[in-house]
Amino acid sequence: MIAHAIFFYTFSIIAIVSAIMVTASKNTVHSVFFLILDFISISCLFIMIGAEFLGMIMLIVYVGAVAVLFLFVVMMLNVAQQKNQWFAGQATSKHIPVGLIISTLIFFEIIIVIGGWKYKPEIFDINNSLANTSVSNTHSLGQVLYTDYIHVFQISGMILLVAMVGAIVLTFRQRSGVKKQSYIKQISRERAEGVEVLEVQSNKGVKIDD
Amino acid sequence: MEYLSIVFEEVYKILFLLVPVLVSVAMIVWLDRRVWAFVQKRQGPNVVGPFGLLQSLADALKYIFKEMIIPSSSNKVIFILAPIVTMTLALIAWAVIPFSATQVLADINVGILYLFAVSSLGVYGIIMGGWASNSKYPFLGAIRSAAQMVSYEVSIGVIIINVLLCVGSLNLNDIVIAQQNLWFVIPLFPMFVIFFISALAETNRPPFDLPEAEAELVAGYQTEYSGMMYAMFWLGEYANILLMCAMGAILFLGGWLSPIELYPFTLIPGAIWLILKILLLFFLFALVKAIVPRYRYDQLMRLGWKVFLPFSLIWVVITASYLFYFNLLPVN
Repeated sequence: MIAHAIFFYTFSIIAIVSAIMVTASKNTVHSVFFLILDFISISCLFIMIGAEFLGMIMLIVYVGAVAVLFLFVVMMLNVAQQKNQWFAGQATSKHIPVGLIISTLIFFEIIIVIGGWKYKPEIFDINNSLANTSVSNTHSLGQVLYTDYIHVFQISGMILLVAMVGAIVLTFRQRSGVKKQSYIKQISRERAEGVEVLEVQSNKGVKIDD
Repeated sequence: MEYLSIVFEEVYKILFLLVPVLVSVAMIVWLDRRVWAFVQKRQGPNVVGPFGLLQSLADALKYIFKEMIIPSSSNKVIFILAPIVTMTLALIAWAVIPFSATQVLADINVGILYLFAVSSLGVYGIIMGGWASNSKYPFLGAIRSAAQMVSYEVSIGVIIINVLLCVGSLNLNDIVIAQQNLWFVIPLFPMFVIFFISALAETNRPPFDLPEAEAELVAGYQTEYSGMMYAMFWLGEYANILLMCAMGAILFLGGWLSPIELYPFTLIPGAIWLILKILLLFFLFALVKAIVPRYRYDQLMRLGWKVFLPFSLIWVVITASYLFYFNLLPVN
């Protein structure tokens, strides 16, 4: 149990510190790297409670794909050294009231969740009838995901698809004057179409029509 | 005391796995160069040691004694971290590779997901190196390679789903045992071909070595690296290639199973068979490097998204329907 506790506290301290560093570090690329570290330590915590499938999916989806896109955007925007006016004590930002309201809301939500969990455990009593401890959690997830929750699962998939199509449609621009390459055309080119042997006369040259 | 003995036992096991991997990475570099040379009617490295076998060790010695130059405008912490990340990720994946039914460091339930996760993290070493160098060529190389690796991971993931449909388990040993009667390379041959090509792209091997295309980008993300840090990138890259070969061998070529279940063949331990299969796949990797010209970047993206992804998705449907209608789905 001691080893378990040591690993748990190591991962959770890394998770919390890197979560703080995401907001505190001035370099945005560093924040994304801290976010990645946060994701990795959270997935380690998932694995520690026996949810190895969730932990691995977290690594694959969030670290392997989502955070790469984050990094892409941050690197492309080149906002590496943003001046932080709030801490510099100069001009006050207009975002502060909005941020304060949202953070108060989140704070109360956390209080409700933690307080309820502590003092009214019957609210959070999860229906354990589906959980079967004899099979691995990957198997049991698969068993409920495609039977009991098939509609919810499919609907969430459709929402993601719609979001993807929407993002592509919104950012798609038909630019004029762009040369397009047709692979079939390129591959099916014959020598006769591209090469022509001409008789070049002295002092006259060849007229190439273009 | 009890914990200490556990730690020592595990460290011993890890060293017993990683030292051979590192040595074979050095040997595989030599093999790569030799195959490449023979295809082009050259000799390749043949001076240092018998057949030039010690060439990689000599190279490593040279790298150790070279100066490590850290550019003054670079982001130093991330610059140094990048090769370490590449190397570490290439090595930790070996923890789940089964060399026989019992010879595996960590026989975890989600072994194939672990391999997939680690190989999808591999992109970070390259992005970090490219960004921290703070110069144009490495940055362009890193951006290219990030897009390339993320694209081809998608098709590798779908190919893995194909295999998993036939196995019914995410454990690597289960995947090997499920191929006892028939290696998956026969029923899923198109998937094997796509996996092989995607593995080439995932490890930035020619013909998909655009991140380090020397004609356009000097050396891509490695441009600013020198000395031991460059050697670590290089070792990590080859360890990744070996890992991809091992993954192909386990998913399609029956892992540690012997090809013929007859008396003299069953005496040979499973590890030897796995190593032979990895070497076969690596030989193909080296041949491809020698004989295929480099892809253009838009062709690479088209191949990944418009050809491989739809094709492997359709193959998932075909595999699933076949298994369903002939009642072959592995249910346990």
